[in-house]
Amino acid sequence: MKKFFAVLFTTAAAFGVLTGCGRTKEAEAVKEEAASESAVYRTLDEIRKSGSVKIGVFSDKNPFGYVDENGHYQGYDVYFGDRIAKDLGVAAEYISTDAANRVEYLKTGKVDIILANFTVTAERAESVDFALPYMKVALGVVSPDEALITGPEQLNGKKLIVTKGTTAETFFTEHYPEVELVKFDQYTEAYNALLDGRGDAFSTDNTEVLAWALQNEGFSVGIESIGNLDTIAPAVSKGNETLLNWINEEIRALAEEEFFHADYKATLEPVYGTAVDMDSLVVEGGVVEDTKTE
Amino acid sequence: MQDLGIRVLFLGNNLQRLLGGLWITLRISLIAVACSIVLGILLGMLMTVRNPVIKALTKLYLEFIRIMPQLVLLFLVFFGLTRSFGINLSGETSAVIVFTLWGTAEMGDLVRGALISIPKHQYESGAAIGLTRWQVYHYIMIPQILTRLVPPAINLTTRMIKTTSLVSLIGVVEVLKVAQQMIEANRYTVPDSALWIYGTIFFLYFLVCWPISLAAKKLEKRAW
Repeated sequence: MKKFFAVLFTTAAAFGVLTGCGRTKEAEAVKEEAASESAVYRTLDEIRKSGSVKIGVFSDKNPFGYVDENGHYQGYDVYFGDRIAKDLGVAAEYISTDAANRVEYLKTGKVDIILANFTVTAERAESVDFALPYMKVALGVVSPDEALITGPEQLNGKKLIVTKGTTAETFFTEHYPEVELVKFDQYTEAYNALLDGRGDAFSTDNTEVLAWALQNEGFSVGIESIGNLDTIAPAVSKGNETLLNWINEEIRALAEEEFFHADYKATLEPVYGTAVDMDSLVVEGGVVEDTKTE
Repeated sequence: MQDLGIRVLFLGNNLQRLLGGLWITLRISLIAVACSIVLGILLGMLMTVRNPVIKALTKLYLEFIRIMPQLVLLFLVFFGLTRSFGINLSGETSAVIVFTLWGTAEMGDLVRGALISIPKHQYESGAAIGLTRWQVYHYIMIPQILTRLVPPAINLTTRMIKTTSLVSLIGVVEVLKVAQQMIEANRYTVPDSALWIYGTIFFLYFLVCWPISLAAKKLEKRAW
């Protein structure tokens, strides 16, 4: 995303130079005016009247949002999307989004809600409005069964594999300087290094290591949740209060029936297995309890 | 245990989905190519006009389109138009517009190149033996220009078809995106499906681009 904007801004800047900066500023002012005059988003009533809610989801991120062999959207996010549509009394229209264009879709009102494994960050919150979270992610540490690492202090003096640029790299560098980090550029390289024994453990997003450990016999996730807890929440266009409030109410109401636990069982359990503690991933009613092993 | 990844292709209606994706790829690229050829020929002719204003404008257009990555153009048309002017185009329409803009620019330059590659003395010789302006074009220029134009134009066409895979980034689910969806959906059950599905995609693109190359060869050999 950053790259895209960099390119866009560079182009804009280039135009600024070409056409004289004064004119660009004028154009921007016009743009802002236009934005404040007519809202890009659809309000709750407008969505209800139209008969369908447009939800942006991933179409290639199993098990969060993907398309099954019959062409139907499936996954943890979609399970929730179906429920939103049902409770709104409208049909769900899913739109395939990618990590790079999720914010743009909301800014232009081309979707009403983004439910695409969207991690809440301060930077993103400046351009979109996040509702209450329905999931949380932290770091996980996977290691071979015969030398399972179950606590971060066991890693002192040992080799921990990380992928460059991930939160795992920054977290361990900051908080556990005695851990020797073995860094790789790509996930596949990192996993291969772990398989070859070039490190004692590997750390990245817990959802990722949990799924990997299940596929690879002899490896388990000894630490399921460590590091800064990130939450995943639905997002709507900035300022779309009616829809935001409705989603927040919905999430609170769904806590009673433990909806997201049911969602987990239907979509994530087949992938992560029953050994994983559901509560280390699922957030019910928007209330995040800290379950860090720290 | 010989669990071949290719079986993913035959799960549910995966095969239809893949062909449906291919149809979208073809629809976008063929409409864009057709428009680009017509507009490109006009642009190419315009580019040879000896008017400094027209020359500067066409040059600016060509360079702008050339410098911009297609992906940025797609984002500008799909999201940018909505943000700045409130014009809400569908992903597919945006894609056709962007690919037509790109194709026209490239095609225009090819036509310009072909036009100026014909030595001036041929025009003059034609006139000297009493041919009308139209006859000079019909019997001397157009046949030569076409034979020079066809190979690079076909090259451009196949390149446009392959570049349409970018449209998945503005939400259009074309053949490559369907393939990725299929690979991801079976990530845990058939982990080795990627090679097979990408192999199929390779074959599909080949199937589309090869007849075009064949037709081009025929066109080139044809005596005009």
